[in-house]
Amino acid sequence: MPVDQSLVGRVFPPTRPFAVSADHVAAFVAATGGEYDGGPAPATYPIVLAFDAMNAFLAAESLDLFRIVHGEQRFNYERPVVPGDELTATLTVSSLRQIGGNDIIGTTSEITDASGALVCTTSATLVHRGAA
Amino acid sequence: MSLETQTYTITRADLVRYAEASGDHNPIHQDEQVAASVGLPGVIAHGMYTMALAARAVETWFPAAEVVSLGCKFTNPVVVPADGGVEVEVAGEATEADGLTTVALTVTCDGQKVLGMPKAVIRA
Repeated sequence: MPVDQSLVGRVFPPTRPFAVSADHVAAFVAATGGEYDGGPAPATYPIVLAFDAMNAFLAAESLDLFRIVHGEQRFNYERPVVPGDELTATLTVSSLRQIGGNDIIGTTSEITDASGALVCTTSATLVHRGAA
Repeated sequence: MSLETQTYTITRADLVRYAEASGDHNPIHQDEQVAASVGLPGVIAHGMYTMALAARAVETWFPAAEVVSLGCKFTNPVVVPADGGVEVEVAGEATEADGLTTVALTVTCDGQKVLGMPKAVIRA
């Protein structure tokens, strides 16, 4: 069933604040084969927040995660993420189109810190594969 | 300026660790049958895993730089076999303008590009 066009422009509730710890950054770095020696988190780390926001969006729309394939991801940073940050992501559905039985969903998530300041804006294209 | 190509290996165990660290537990990154059911050629790496490797290469080339933007398309899946691993190569070409350095990346697996137009802009 195609995703409802009225979703475009909808802003989903902010995710629960996530406390960035040095241990979690180290685990993220280790998972991609690196070694964390303190300092800012890696550039793709904000996906942790964006993914949380996407999961809430998928649950709200009853979409299955296993049908989602990632099409594109972009990050624009205001500043690096550092341990001690408390971050929240707010997801907006920015576009939606149907191609060959798949839904192509564009989302933008704004990641803000505890003071409300913007840390990173990240946009994703999600391909929702229709049932065969 | 051409940058020294970086080579990384991805294993299934890495994908399990990455799923835990990133919160992305999509079973297409763990389970052959689920991957096949949505038309994929096998268990594939998280696109964000491959993108993290691209970012890691940029960090290796420019250790002190602040990343201003990073983006790519996920154009071809990186299939990760159950045994052993798969190699991903990250090559880069840097150009400078207006105080910013743009790193145009080429990310390949088995000689095939897996990311579309991967690019990082950094303040070196």
